[in-house]
Amino acid sequence: MKNILNNINKAFDHRIRLGIMSILVVNEYADFKTLKELLGITDGNLASHSKALEKVAFIRVEKQFIGRKPNTRYYATKLGKDEFKKHVEALEKLLKQ
Amino acid sequence: MSSENYLKDITEIKNLMNRSSRFISLSGLSGILAGTYAIIGAAYAYWLVSNSKRGYLILDGEIFQLVLLDLLLVSVASIGTAIFLTTRKAKRNNEKVWDATTKRLLVNFLTPIIAGGIYILIILNQQRYGQTGALMLLFYGLGLVNASKFTLGDIKYLGYTEILLGLSCAIFPGLGFWFWVLGFGVMHVIYGVVMYVKYDRK
Repeated sequence: MKNILNNINKAFDHRIRLGIMSILVVNEYADFKTLKELLGITDGNLASHSKALEKVAFIRVEKQFIGRKPNTRYYATKLGKDEFKKHVEALEKLLKQ
Repeated sequence: MSSENYLKDITEIKNLMNRSSRFISLSGLSGILAGTYAIIGAAYAYWLVSNSKRGYLILDGEIFQLVLLDLLLVSVASIGTAIFLTTRKAKRNNEKVWDATTKRLLVNFLTPIIAGGIYILIILNQQRYGQTGALMLLFYGLGLVNASKFTLGDIKYLGYTEILLGLSCAIFPGLGFWFWVLGFGVMHVIYGVVMYVKYDRK
C-alpha cells in the first residue's frame, strides 16, 4: 500500500492539473485557448495550474507570435510523461484493490 | 480520496485524451447514404453501357462522358452529405468542426488519396486503364487506415477491407466494376449501419 501511495504524485493532486497532462501526453502540443476550451476553465485558473506544472518541469511553455497575436504553446516534457504514467498506473492499482 | 474519486479521475483522463486527439462526430448515416449513391450511380452506368450499341465501354464518345459525369455526381453528393451530416452531429456533440483534430484527420486521410488520385490520372494518360478500380480501392483503403488514428478507430477495419478488395480487384481486372460496387457501395452501407447502431442511436 505504501509503495503505491509513493507513486501518487502530489503535483497531479488536482483535477485540472491531471486534465492538462492528459491532453499533453497524447498531443504534440496544445495552445492556451485549446486547453482552456477542453477543460472548460478560466484564463486565470489555467495560468496558475500550468505554472505549477511548469515549476516541477512536467510541462514546457513556448511563447511566440503568430502574426501580431501572442500564442502560448504547452508541451509535456519527458519527465512529465513518465511521472504521469506512473501516477495513472498507481491509480489503476488502487482501484483494483 | 476514496476509490470513487480515483475512478472519476481515470474516466476524466480517458475522456480528455480522446476529445483532444480524436474527432468523434463522424456520422454513420453519411456512410449509408454514400454507399447508396454509389450503388445507384453504378447501376445507372451499367444500364448506360449495356444499352449502348456496342455493349461495352470505350473511352471516347458520349457514353463515356456520361459515365464520368455520373461518377462526379456520386462523389460530390457523397462528400456533400458527409460534410452536412458530420457538421450537424458535431454541433449536437458540442464539438468544433474545424479544429486541430479535424485538420489532422483530413491531412492524414487525404495524403494517400491525393497521391493515388494523381497517380491514377497519370497512368490513365498513358492509356493503361485496367487497374483503375483496383487503385481507387487501394488508395482509399490506405487513406482510411491512416486517418483512423485520429477518429473513431473502427474505420480502420473499413480501410483494411477496401485494401483487400483493391488487391483482389488487381488480380481480376475484368471484375473491376463489381469490386468497385462492393467496395464503394455495399461496404459503405454495411459499415454505415454498424456505426449508426453503435454511436448515433443513443
